[in-house]
Amino acid sequence: MNIHEYQAKALLKHYGMNVPLGVVVHSPGEARDAAKTLPGSVFVVKAQIHAGGRGAGHFLGESSGGGVRLVKTPEEAKAAAYDMLDRTLVTRQTGPAGRVVRRLYVEAGCAIERELYLSLLIDRVARRITVVASDAGGMSIENVAEKTPERIYKVPIDPALGLSDYQSRDIAVKIGLKGQLIREFAQVMRAAYTAFTTLDAALVEINPLVVTKEGTLLALDAKMGFDDNGLFRHKEIEELRDPNEEDPREREAARFGLSYVGLEGTIGCMVNGAGLAMATMDIIHSEGESPANFLDVGGGASRERVGAAFRILLGDPSVEGVLVNIFGGIMRCDIIAEAVISACREVGLKTPLVVRLAGTKVEEGLKMIEESGLDAIVAEDLGDAARKIVAAVRSRRVA
Amino acid sequence: MSILVDKDTKVLVQGFTGAHGTFHSEQAIAYGTKVVGGVTPGRGGDTHLGLPVFDTMEQARAATHADATVIYVPPPGAADAIIEAIAAETPLIICITEGIPVQDMLRVREALDRSTSLLVGPNCPGVITPDACKIGIMPGQIHRRGGVGIVSRSGTLTYEAVAQTSDLGLGQSTCVGIGGDPIKGMDFIDVLERFVADPETDSMIIIGEIGGVSEIEAAQFLRDSRTKKPVVGLVAGITAPPGRRMGHAGAVISGGEETAEAKIEAMRAAGIHIAPSPAEMGRTLLSLLEG
Repeated sequence: MNIHEYQAKALLKHYGMNVPLGVVVHSPGEARDAAKTLPGSVFVVKAQIHAGGRGAGHFLGESSGGGVRLVKTPEEAKAAAYDMLDRTLVTRQTGPAGRVVRRLYVEAGCAIERELYLSLLIDRVARRITVVASDAGGMSIENVAEKTPERIYKVPIDPALGLSDYQSRDIAVKIGLKGQLIREFAQVMRAAYTAFTTLDAALVEINPLVVTKEGTLLALDAKMGFDDNGLFRHKEIEELRDPNEEDPREREAARFGLSYVGLEGTIGCMVNGAGLAMATMDIIHSEGESPANFLDVGGGASRERVGAAFRILLGDPSVEGVLVNIFGGIMRCDIIAEAVISACREVGLKTPLVVRLAGTKVEEGLKMIEESGLDAIVAEDLGDAARKIVAAVRSRRVA
Repeated sequence: MSILVDKDTKVLVQGFTGAHGTFHSEQAIAYGTKVVGGVTPGRGGDTHLGLPVFDTMEQARAATHADATVIYVPPPGAADAIIEAIAAETPLIICITEGIPVQDMLRVREALDRSTSLLVGPNCPGVITPDACKIGIMPGQIHRRGGVGIVSRSGTLTYEAVAQTSDLGLGQSTCVGIGGDPIKGMDFIDVLERFVADPETDSMIIIGEIGGVSEIEAAQFLRDSRTKKPVVGLVAGITAPPGRRMGHAGAVISGGEETAEAKIEAMRAAGIHIAPSPAEMGRTLLSLLEG
């Protein structure tokens, strides 16, 4: 789960990180009033969407700038907000459809001496929380890694010892900090590490971390992502969820504990198990069509969950055919069959349906499908299922 | 012979009296697995499914001398249950639980690396040696005893490989689901080195997916091992869009070597035969064994 920049900054500030003063706003008038309360003579108005590259992005339609604007007066802040709110911002991370900007963050500006990069994440090969730092801040770290990898420093943290200040000072020296800033960097690191470990974060990224003309360290941008498996013990993070940033189909699926990823194709898939669901996507592709989604109903899905999954698939206008592929282990095929039959009756089946069942209670499940009078095509195995759904969808297009 | 478990393996169940623990213990006992008891804190002294219940793993191990434990404890307490099993010096720990926080697993890895215990999982179907010992949630009836060693990151895709090999009359020596999490216990290599050494295993199927680099390490290991045993490989998620998490926490593409294509390339280079489709794992292996 991801959160907005202003939310990440509030969390990091709570753990002791130095961040600019700022106010989140939802209207041009609020933007003007916010700028009035902030110190200094330069303000930054920043679009709040869950995607990077906002400054270099552009709005759909006529607009004079990107998703981050520098302004000098409260009136200019109001005008910038008017130009950005409720409009669609496209960045290198949003895809061509972009994201609608619904909130802005108005911050006090600062004079920048240097831009640095800092992030914490879990390195699955090292099996450690790992600090990534660079003296090349303010740009895409992927580009830095590609062009000047020698400017990136990675330091793994021993989970038994935790972060030690000396490690922070080592990094500070490597990224060119001097004097008092070395100790100040250790404070930044403590804040980032404490937030990361306390909140079950998957990512803390400060890009850029700036050295100001006044000689202090300031987190000018901040991004945080969280381990979905850890959310059960962080209700305060769950409350930061912004439903506007999530696919409505994925949101509905999450309500029923389903794992769903919306895709661009036309064949709706309902599968149990992530690996089998990916394999089902692959085999549809190799038959020459594309899946509309990844949908894992899980190992022990109930009737309600399977019903919800089926309603999500049938409610998706891009779905031209549905493939149910279940290998029952804990999941019983008769329960799947019953849920599929009742969901089809409830929603009304208008597209071809191919059902492949295997494993526990498969005979019972197939018998129920057969006796229901449902217009379902039964498949023998995985390969047969893919061929049958592709053939069914194509013959309907021709007709 | 087989790997990890056989007909003499004595098994404890952590989370024994819960719904999952109860259901899967009944299934395992019916399959012939030597379940010797279980642990549910606060229920020590009770009898469940005709077997003793203990408060702690230390007591359970002392009383039963179990070789293995299987964990059905829900996510908030699952990492602690694994560490308790490590502390009780349980030789083989199999954790079925899905949804353990990654940072909990970092602590588990620390404890594991300082011990001699083996961990399978978490977020896995478990381990089965057909007709001898079933530990986990896989449907027993699709398996048959044979010579194919199967190791996989995915549960239901393992069943797929099992059903295909059983239908072709091949059967399995042992099937190990290593689980879909990014931080876990045994990896492909740990299982493959046992299959290579196991006289009963005459061929292997390795089922990977997007995310991580362990399939590439596995391919290098098999090449260096110079094993003569035929190996069939499959990597799920060839068509997954980059940057999206596909159900398994480990299944995210986020760097050069981690794409399905890179993994398939490494496997081919190591002499592993890639199944042309997930429906063809069994037939690909059969043609190798007959060729």
